[in-house]
Amino acid sequence: MHTLDLETHQLVKRFGSHAAVQGVDLSIERGQFFSILGPSGCGKTTLLRLIAGFIQPDEGRLIIGGKDMRGIGPNQRPATMVFQQLALFPMMNVGENVAYGLARRGISKKERVAKAEAMLARVGLPNVFSKGVDQLSGGQRQRVAIARSLVLEPTLLLLDEPLGALDIKLREHMKVELKKLQSELGTTFIYITHDQSEALVLSDQVGVMNQGQFEQIGTPQQLYYSPATPFVAGFVGSNNRFEARVSGRRDSLVTVSTSEGFRFDSVSPKNLHVGAAVEAFVRPEAIQLIRATAATEHSPRAKILSVLFDGANSTILVKELQTGLELRVALPQTGVFADLKAGDVICFSIDPLQTICL
Amino acid sequence: MRKLTLTVLLIPPILWLGLLIVLPHVQLLALSLRERMEVGVYAYNLNQYKSFFTETVFLETFIRTAIMSALATALTLVIALPMAWIIVKIAKGRGASTLFVMCLLPFWISETIRTLGWMILLRESGVIPQFLVAIGVTAQPIELLYHDATIMMGLVYTSMLFMLVPLINAIETLDNSLIEAAYNLGANNAAIIRTIVLPHALPGITAGCIIVFMLCLGNYLTPTLLGGTHSQWFTEQIYNQFITRFNWEQGSALGFLLLLLSTLMIAIALRLSGQRFTDVMRRA
Repeated sequence: MHTLDLETHQLVKRFGSHAAVQGVDLSIERGQFFSILGPSGCGKTTLLRLIAGFIQPDEGRLIIGGKDMRGIGPNQRPATMVFQQLALFPMMNVGENVAYGLARRGISKKERVAKAEAMLARVGLPNVFSKGVDQLSGGQRQRVAIARSLVLEPTLLLLDEPLGALDIKLREHMKVELKKLQSELGTTFIYITHDQSEALVLSDQVGVMNQGQFEQIGTPQQLYYSPATPFVAGFVGSNNRFEARVSGRRDSLVTVSTSEGFRFDSVSPKNLHVGAAVEAFVRPEAIQLIRATAATEHSPRAKILSVLFDGANSTILVKELQTGLELRVALPQTGVFADLKAGDVICFSIDPLQTICL
Repeated sequence: MRKLTLTVLLIPPILWLGLLIVLPHVQLLALSLRERMEVGVYAYNLNQYKSFFTETVFLETFIRTAIMSALATALTLVIALPMAWIIVKIAKGRGASTLFVMCLLPFWISETIRTLGWMILLRESGVIPQFLVAIGVTAQPIELLYHDATIMMGLVYTSMLFMLVPLINAIETLDNSLIEAAYNLGANNAAIIRTIVLPHALPGITAGCIIVFMLCLGNYLTPTLLGGTHSQWFTEQIYNQFITRFNWEQGSALGFLLLLLSTLMIAIALRLSGQRFTDVMRRA
């Protein structure tokens, strides 16, 4: 049994008649990098603010580090937060910012300075102690905000989309830095984001949130390969989604027929009977392209509508010739199909094991 | 073309400043430097300024006025700060506009009328002393006018808006997430006010204090009407020199001393709080 740093039981928060968080049960083990992933308005920020104590739940219990947080103010909780806009104090220099929490705990000035300097060095920012906050670059300010929260040695570090304001290069770099920092420190991180790539890259566990509830909680691999709900399948990674009906069953496979009339074999975690309406999901990389010259008679043929070149993530949009079904297909990274252009006809096959019906 | 537009736009303020402020001051300066020896004969010297330091009544009145004004400024700040906080951070939106208009409304009426209103309320036969007798707090109606405390109340009342506006501006720009961040890092309310709110609002506080202090120091109506003959306000001394004593030379010199000394006090206050006048005025 691992120690749980955060437990919530049936947590509910309503704003007027709208329930922003409705009955959330969550347990996060010590030392995990946990991401809460969801579209804007899904309640993830409300959940984070409930954990930080800025707002009070209407129902349910919230336990941090084994202690019930009912009636404990935001300034008494062992959970510190890195704000979306960082919220560094402009009236103080970098060192005073980092030492702010220590000063509130009544720690002596000498010890404060030593601890703040050590933490700044830890996030890779030595020699900035007496600089002004506005003298730092975006990435440096990010680190100062993280150092300011971590110096208090919290049980939980809450991060509210902290990379959102950075440009893409810096964001990629900070992702790696954050992951490294978390594994070195072993502090439990709760990271909220709407960017599925951030969540997948950084996290040990991801909770996908939609309309105030968790749709699925699992490792990035589980979410990607075995989504539990249509929402997760559609939100995590890119996916081709089809309205379909089950038209046959064979061993563990089901045959589905899309509303356009295209048939393919798929798998499902559910026990589906023939005729059931399902949502079928096919990952772009589950579709294998075959040159028309090398294809068998039975392979479906498609016309290329457009080529979306994006280096290793390039895809093409195709239209199946018989039924008019439109698909997004990943191009192999080796570049063997680099010569394809709009209007070409190509054959394809779908690997049933990489598809899912929900 | 742009230069011409600029020149045309600048003419009214330059005329305003030149004709109504600079020119009268030049004449006052000239007046203050002369002394009437006998009818129609004048000598130019610094005697009018010397008498400020030799005649104790001038110096004492000035010191009293300065201390009372400083106290009124401090009181106004202490009252206006929570008001500004409530208007900006607690009431928000429509509620905030309503509250602000409520603060503004009394200023649509002339200061004289408002001060006379206070007199109706406070004089011995006025509303409040009668009410105190009626509910049995005092046996006889008491005179609430003509006390230092009454002057103080009047000064705070007339200055409130001029403190409130720069404070509201200053607090409006304070990002709520800074306050949340401070809470999150373990600060209590007192620490947040001391370490976040006051440093952020300091330019606004300074601007408000400068304006209110100058207004109090130069106020004539409130101390005279509410304080009566014993108000001993410095502007009253200047008024007496001009009007009662017909000593324009002395009055001009006192006027100039008021200008110089108040400027000096503000310069010292800014230096002590480590701020610069241009920064304060720009940010407020």
